[in-house]
Amino acid sequence: MALTREQMAQRVARELKDGYYVNLGIGIPTLVANYVPDGIDVMLQSENGLLGMGAFPTEDELDADMINAGKQTVTARKGASIFSSAESFAMIRGGHVDLTVLGAFEVDANGNIASWMIPGKLIKGMGGAMDLVAGADNIIVTMTHASKDGESKLLRHCSLPLTGCGCIRKVLTDLAYLEIDNGSFILRERAPGVSIEEIVAKTAGPLIVPDDVTEMTF
Amino acid sequence: MSGLDKRVGSYAEALAGLTDNMTVLAGGFGLCGIPENLIAEIRRLGVCGLTVVSNNCGVDGFGLGVLLEDRQIRKMIASYVGENALFERQLLNGELEVELTPQGTLAEKLRAGGAGIPAFFTATGYGTPVAEGKEAREINGRHYILEPAITGDFAIVKGWKADHFGNVIYRHTAQNFNPMVATAGRITVVEVEEIVEPGELDPAHIHTPGIYVDRIIQGSFEKRIEKRTQRA
Repeated sequence: MALTREQMAQRVARELKDGYYVNLGIGIPTLVANYVPDGIDVMLQSENGLLGMGAFPTEDELDADMINAGKQTVTARKGASIFSSAESFAMIRGGHVDLTVLGAFEVDANGNIASWMIPGKLIKGMGGAMDLVAGADNIIVTMTHASKDGESKLLRHCSLPLTGCGCIRKVLTDLAYLEIDNGSFILRERAPGVSIEEIVAKTAGPLIVPDDVTEMTF
Repeated sequence: MSGLDKRVGSYAEALAGLTDNMTVLAGGFGLCGIPENLIAEIRRLGVCGLTVVSNNCGVDGFGLGVLLEDRQIRKMIASYVGENALFERQLLNGELEVELTPQGTLAEKLRAGGAGIPAFFTATGYGTPVAEGKEAREINGRHYILEPAITGDFAIVKGWKADHFGNVIYRHTAQNFNPMVATAGRITVVEVEEIVEPGELDPAHIHTPGIYVDRIIQGSFEKRIEKRTQRA
C-alpha cells in the first residue's frame, strides 16, 4: 500500500533529531510537526520571520499579527523569536537550518528540483522555495512517486523549470524513501507491501536497488 | 514642529509627492503587517503606472489588490502572487508585468538597497529561470548569481508603535518585510497603531531607527486575516 499523507509525515519525522531547527513547507511537510518523536525538542522555522512556531491558536489566542509562512494564524512557543524576513533568510541562506522539508513536482537523479512553475499554467511564484533549497544542506523532498496518470516524478532530467540545481539528496515518496548520489536514485526503503518491481517501474531516472532495501513499519 | 518630528496630520500629507510611474516599496507578508491605509490612499490619489515591490499583491479587494482595480500598477516585483484573481486576469491580458523574485532574495535586495550595497551574489536561483540574464560567478567552488539591490521613490510601512522621531517597533510577525522596506525608500512613510511619547520605547528595542523614516502617521487598521486557522 502506498503511504498516506500522515504516514509520509511520520516517516519524515523519524529524521528529526533533538535540538534541530527545522523548516517545514506547505502540505505534507506541515504535518511532520504532528509526529515529533517523544523526548526530542525541535524548533520550527517559518520563513516570514518566526523561529519557534507553536500550535494553531484557540479562538481567544487568534491574532492577525501572528502568522506562519503559509499565512495561517499560529502561536509562538516558549523560546520563540521573531525577526524580519531578511534575518529569516539569512538563517536559511547561511545554512543554519538543520532540516528543510518541502514538496516538489519533479526531482531528478542529479539532485535538481522543480516545484514552482508549470509552463502554460498560471505562475504564482516561488515564494521562499528557491532560497530554501539553495541554502539548506539537509533537505527532504516529499511528493507522490508518480502523477495521477502514472507518470514518474523521479526523472533523469527534470522537465519543468528548476527551483534549484544539484541540491536534493533525499526523497520520500508515497512508495519509497530514496537517496540521490552520483547521478542515481538509490532505493533505501519501500512502503509496506509495495514491491521493488513497482518502484522500479515508476522510477524514470536511473535507480540503484541495493540488497538491503528495508520495508517501512508504522 | 521640529525637524526631527516626523508626524504628519493626514494621509494626503503622508503621501504628498507621490506621482505617476514611481516605484513604491510596500511592507507586509500576505495581509499581515501591510500598510493598509497608505495603500487605500494611493488608490484615492489615482496615481498610475506604478512599479510596486512587495512580497505579495494582497487579495481581491484588500491590500495591494485594490490598486489593481483601476490598473494603477504597471509592474509588480514579488515572490508569490497566487491569491488574487484580478492579478491573474491582468497578467494574462498583458496589462500587468510581473518580476517574480525569490523571497529571501527580495528581502536581501531591499536590505542591500537601504544599506548602500548595489548588488550581491547569492546561490538562490542559480541554474533556474531566475538566473537568466544575470552574471554568474563561482566562488569557493559554489555557483552564485549577481542580484541587484532595490530602492524606491516611496516606501510604505506598517508599524505597531512609533515615537515622533520615527523610531518604530513592529508587532509579532507583522514585522516581516517592513524593516527592510523602511530603509530603502527615498521617502519612507510609516503608519502605526499608536504614536507614543518620546522615551516610551526602549532605545535597545527599536526595530527601525528614526533616521530611515521621513513621515509618521497614526491610523486604525482592519487587520484582515487571510487564513484563519484554529485549534479546538
